[in-house]
Amino acid sequence: MAYVAIADRDHEIEHHDPQTFITKYIWSQDHKVIAIQYSITAIFVGLIALGLSAMMRLQLGFPDQFSFINPENYYQFITMHGMIMVIYLLTALFLGGFGNYLIPLMCGSRDMVFPFLNMLSYWVYLVSVIILLISFFVPGGSTGAGWTLYPPQAIMQGTPGTDWGILLMLASLAVFIVAFTMGGLNYVTTVLQARCKGMTLMRMPLSVWGIFIATVLGLLAFPALLVSAIMMLFDKTLYTSFFMPAISSMGADPGYSGGSPILFQHLFWFFGHPEVYIVALPAFGIVSDLLSTHARKNIFGYRMMVWAIIAIGGLSFVVWAHHMYVSGMNPYFGFFFATTTLIIAVPTAIKVYNWVLTLWEGNIHLRVPMLFSIAFVFTFIHGGLTGLFLGNVTIDLPLSDTYFVVAHFHMVMGVSPVLVVFGAIYHWWPKITGKMYHEGLGKWHFWMTFLGTYAIYLPMHYLGFAGVPRRYFAMGNTEFLPDSAQDLNAWITMSALFVAATQILFFVNVIWSLTRGPKADPNPWNATTLEWQTPDTPPKHGNWGHDLPECHRWAYDYSVPGYEDDFIPQNVPADVAPAGRDHGEGH
Amino acid sequence: MEIGLIVLAIILATLLGWLLKQSFNTQPWVADVVSETAHHGPLGTNSRLIALLTLLAVVSSFFALIMSAYALRMDLGDWVPLSEPQLLWLNTLMLVFASIVFQWTRNNAVKGRVSRLAPGLLVTGLLTAAFVVGQLVAWQQLKSGGQLISSNPANAFFYFLTGAHAVHIAGGMYVWARATTKVVLGKGDDPAIRRSIELCTIYWHFLLLVWLVLFGLLLST
Repeated sequence: MAYVAIADRDHEIEHHDPQTFITKYIWSQDHKVIAIQYSITAIFVGLIALGLSAMMRLQLGFPDQFSFINPENYYQFITMHGMIMVIYLLTALFLGGFGNYLIPLMCGSRDMVFPFLNMLSYWVYLVSVIILLISFFVPGGSTGAGWTLYPPQAIMQGTPGTDWGILLMLASLAVFIVAFTMGGLNYVTTVLQARCKGMTLMRMPLSVWGIFIATVLGLLAFPALLVSAIMMLFDKTLYTSFFMPAISSMGADPGYSGGSPILFQHLFWFFGHPEVYIVALPAFGIVSDLLSTHARKNIFGYRMMVWAIIAIGGLSFVVWAHHMYVSGMNPYFGFFFATTTLIIAVPTAIKVYNWVLTLWEGNIHLRVPMLFSIAFVFTFIHGGLTGLFLGNVTIDLPLSDTYFVVAHFHMVMGVSPVLVVFGAIYHWWPKITGKMYHEGLGKWHFWMTFLGTYAIYLPMHYLGFAGVPRRYFAMGNTEFLPDSAQDLNAWITMSALFVAATQILFFVNVIWSLTRGPKADPNPWNATTLEWQTPDTPPKHGNWGHDLPECHRWAYDYSVPGYEDDFIPQNVPADVAPAGRDHGEGH
Repeated sequence: MEIGLIVLAIILATLLGWLLKQSFNTQPWVADVVSETAHHGPLGTNSRLIALLTLLAVVSSFFALIMSAYALRMDLGDWVPLSEPQLLWLNTLMLVFASIVFQWTRNNAVKGRVSRLAPGLLVTGLLTAAFVVGQLVAWQQLKSGGQLISSNPANAFFYFLTGAHAVHIAGGMYVWARATTKVVLGKGDDPAIRRSIELCTIYWHFLLLVWLVLFGLLLST
C-alpha cells in the first residue's frame, strides 16, 4: 500500500537530511527549496519578457521615436516575449513552482517520490533558460520568427536570428521538455503513490487536481513540440524537407523540396493548445481553493469541478486546428474543430458558475488573495467569451490577424493566470516564508494591476474590430483606420508601462515582508488543507516532523453547522468534529 | 494526426477508466474514520513502476506523433519509398532475442536464482548492442548507396525514426549497465537489483514493440 511504501522511507529521509548550506539551498532535493528555485528563475525570466513587451509597446504607441527599436528587434521582442511568458514563466511556475511546493504538502507526504530526479529537473530547466538567454547575445540575435516558429520563414534568410537564434531556441525547448518530463513523472507518481493515509483521490484539494491533470497534459503534449523542434533542426542543419517546401531564397535555391509547413502547424498546435490548459488548469484549481478558503464556504460542486478539469483536459487534445483556420483547411475540418472548441465552453462554464456559486452567501473576506481570485473570474469570463467568437471559423477569419486575437489570448492566458499566480503567492506566502506581507501594499498592487490590465486589453478589442493588424512593426498609411486608432495605441502603451511599473510594489512587499514583516501564524487564513497543519512554519525538511498526517475529510469543511470554528482541517478525525454532510443537509 | 490521436485516446481512456473507478459514487464531503481500503486497488504497486508506465506513455506519444507526421508527409508528391536494407531483419531478430533473454533473466531474478543473473544480463546487453550496431551498419549501407538523409523525405523519416529508437535503447542501456555492474560485483541478491531488472525488462519489451510497429510501418510504405 502506498502510505506504507512512503512510511518505509522515513528512515532513509532522516539520513539524507541536508547538512551544509550547499546541500540545503543549492543542490537541494527538498521539494520546497526546488519549488522556490523554480519560481525565482521563472519570475526572473518573466521580468525580462515584461521588459520586452514594454519595448514593443513603446514602438506601437510612439512609432519611430526610439532609435533602438527597429523592425528586426521588434520581431525578436515579440518572439521572445511570447515564448518566455508561455513556457519558461507560466508552465515552469505553475508546475515546477506551485506543483513542487503544493503536491507533497497538500497530499500529506514528506517529499516528491524521486527527490534526486526533482533536483535534476530544476537544474536542467535552468540550463534551458541559460541557452535561451544566450540567444540574445549571439551574432544575429535571438530568433524573430514569432513564438509559433512557423517554417519556412523561421529558418530562412530574412527573418532575424536565422543563423544562431533559431538553433538555440529549438535546443532550449528540447532541453526544457526533458526537464519538464523529469518533473512531470515526479508529480504524477507522487499524486498517485505518496498520498497520506485517508487521502483518497476525491479528497484531494482542487489545486492538486488541476496540477495533476495539467501535468498529464504536459507529458502527452510536449512530445509534439519536441518532434517538431527536432524535425525543424534537421531541416535547418541537414537540409531535410520535413516542413520546407521547394523555395528560393534571395535568388538562390537552398535545396528544399516538397515539404509541408502545414505539417509543422499541426504538430505545433497539437502541443500548443493543450499548453493553454497546462497553464489554465492549475490556475483553475488554485483559484477554487482560494475562493473557498476566503469565502469560508465549501466549493460548490466539488465532483463536478474535478470532472470538469478532466473533461477540459481530454477535450483540449481535439481542438488544436482552431488555431489554423486561416491556413485554408477543408470546411468540414473547420466545422469539426469549431464544434469541439465550443463544446469546451461547457465544462469551463460549469467551473465559472461553480466559482460564483461558491461566493454566493459566503462569508467573504476581501483579503489580497481573494481580490486576485475574484478578479481572475472577471478576466477569465472576459477572455473566455471572446474565445467563443474566435472559435467560429467565419468570425475567426476576419479577426484572426487583428488585435482582437491579441486581446483575447492575453485576457484568457496572460492576465488570468498571472492574477492567480499573484493570488497564490500572497495566499501561501505566510507558509512559504513564515512572514506576513503588507496588506495595504498588496491591495494597492492588486487594484493597479487589475484596473491597469483592463486599460490595456479592453481597448485592444476595439482596435481589432477596426481592423488594426497584429504583428506589424508600424501601421503605415492605412486608410481604413481612423487617426484615433493611434491615440488608442498611445493610451495602451502608457497603461502597459504603468502596469509594468506597479509590479515594483510586489517586490517592495516581498522585501518588506522578508526584512520586517511580522511573524506569520501557522494557519493565518484558517484553512483546512494539510499544508497549513504542518508542525513548523515554514515546514522543515520532511514536512511533518515525526508522524505523517492522516486525512479524515475533504478539503472544504468550512462553516460546518454545529461546529464551533468555521473550518475543520482535513486531519481532524470524524469523532472529534461532526461529519459535514449530516449537519449540512439539515439547514 | 489520426495515429497520434488514437494512441492518445488509448492512454487517456486508461487513465479515465481508472479515475472513474476511483471517484464513482464517492461522497467526498462525508468525513470518515480512515479506512484501510483508502489505498486499495491498482495502487498497491511500486512507485517506480508507476513512473515507468508514465514514461512509456510519454514515449508512446512521442513515437505516435512522429508516425502521424510520417503519414501526413507521405501523401505529398515528392515521397519516394525507401527500400530498407535486409540487415534490419537480422537486427530485429537480435532485439527479439534480447527481450526473450531478458525475460528469462527476470524470471530467474524473481525466483532468486542469483547465479543466472550475470550471464543473462550480459547476453541481453550483447544482443541489444548488436541491434544498435546493426542499425548503424544499416545507416552506413544506405549512405554508401547514395541514400542520404536529405535525398528524400522517406529517407529523412527513416533516419529520424531509427535514430530516435536507438537513443531510447541507449537510455535503457544506462540502467541496464548500472544493474549489471552491481550483479557482476556480486550484489545480485539485493532486492533493489531484482526490482531494477524487472522494470528494465518491461522497458525492453516496450521498445521491442515500438520497433516492430516502426519496422512494420517502414516495410509497408
